[in-house]
Amino acid sequence: MAKRSAPEINTGSMADIAFLLLVFFLVTTTMEQDTGIQRKLPEKQPENITPPEVKRRNVFIVLVNRNDELLVNGEPGDINLLKDRVKEFILNPQNDANLPEKTPTAIEGLGTYDVSKGVISLQNDRLTSFEKYMAVQDVLTRAFNELRNELASAKFGKTFDELQTLAKTNAEFEKKAEAIKKAIPISISEAEPKQTQSR
Amino acid sequence: MSRFKKKGEKTLPGISTSSLPDIVFMLLFFFMVTTKMKEVTLKVVVRKPDATQATKLENKSLISNVYIGKPLPRYQSQYGDQPLLQLDDAFAKPKDIVPWVLQEIEKTAEFERSKRTVSLKVDREVKMGIVTDVKEQLREANALKINYSARKAAILE
Repeated sequence: MAKRSAPEINTGSMADIAFLLLVFFLVTTTMEQDTGIQRKLPEKQPENITPPEVKRRNVFIVLVNRNDELLVNGEPGDINLLKDRVKEFILNPQNDANLPEKTPTAIEGLGTYDVSKGVISLQNDRLTSFEKYMAVQDVLTRAFNELRNELASAKFGKTFDELQTLAKTNAEFEKKAEAIKKAIPISISEAEPKQTQSR
Repeated sequence: MSRFKKKGEKTLPGISTSSLPDIVFMLLFFFMVTTKMKEVTLKVVVRKPDATQATKLENKSLISNVYIGKPLPRYQSQYGDQPLLQLDDAFAKPKDIVPWVLQEIEKTAEFERSKRTVSLKVDREVKMGIVTDVKEQLREANALKINYSARKAAILE
């Protein structure tokens, strides 16, 4: 019998098959990244412990009620003016007796800095809409970020955002960013909602 | 000179396509490795709110998602049209969060457990009541790092 060589497999369509698979994975791939506002919840307190007294001057109360209206320190407030009020509250440039106290703290890389004792207390009703709540959270975050940017520009000649971007590759900038974070901590307290009486 | 002249007319040689499958396979493997199939099928409607200060969350594997929103129309006959909580693939109650968090922590490598973040993906029209219940349960479970998921926006209208 004559020897028959096995016929070679045609690989011409290999590329087509691979392309088909490639397109499938291209379509199903999701590269989207989650974005949002990060917060740290307070730790659960044992029930028999009374929370420490905080001086009235050190608290800035922002209440969003069930009609999505703003009450700032007991008075109706405007969300557009909130940012500047928060910045003034934290900075207390004139050392006003009604605005929060400061504690001079030695911070590595910054020297002694007057860290504000002020706390923003964000309160909401169970019927507040999430959208409004986030809008207020956003304004508060912006106030803190702007303060950090201003301090970083004054001390290091770079904004805090730039420092954070550079910190990913450079340990020196990371230290600077950490120092700014210590000087202006994001002190926003999210309390359990006030049970506001129905009118 | 005529000695080296080729017979017949000159034609441009065709580009060899024999390495094409290799190139395509390389791309294919790249996408196969980087692809992560969608982990959950959403049963609730989540339209994220906008925020100018939204920042990127790093390390996807350390994020657990909690979805809060109205059930999709096809589930409304069974579950009603009030906002509900979804954990993994099923509807849940706020009290289910504590065991769920423990289970999520179990999945994380020990040295990364402190970095685990819970991302709250909440529809913009949801009322804060259910969000607050969830936050309380997260405190109970000692999962304190949270993220309010929002779309990055240049300005807020």
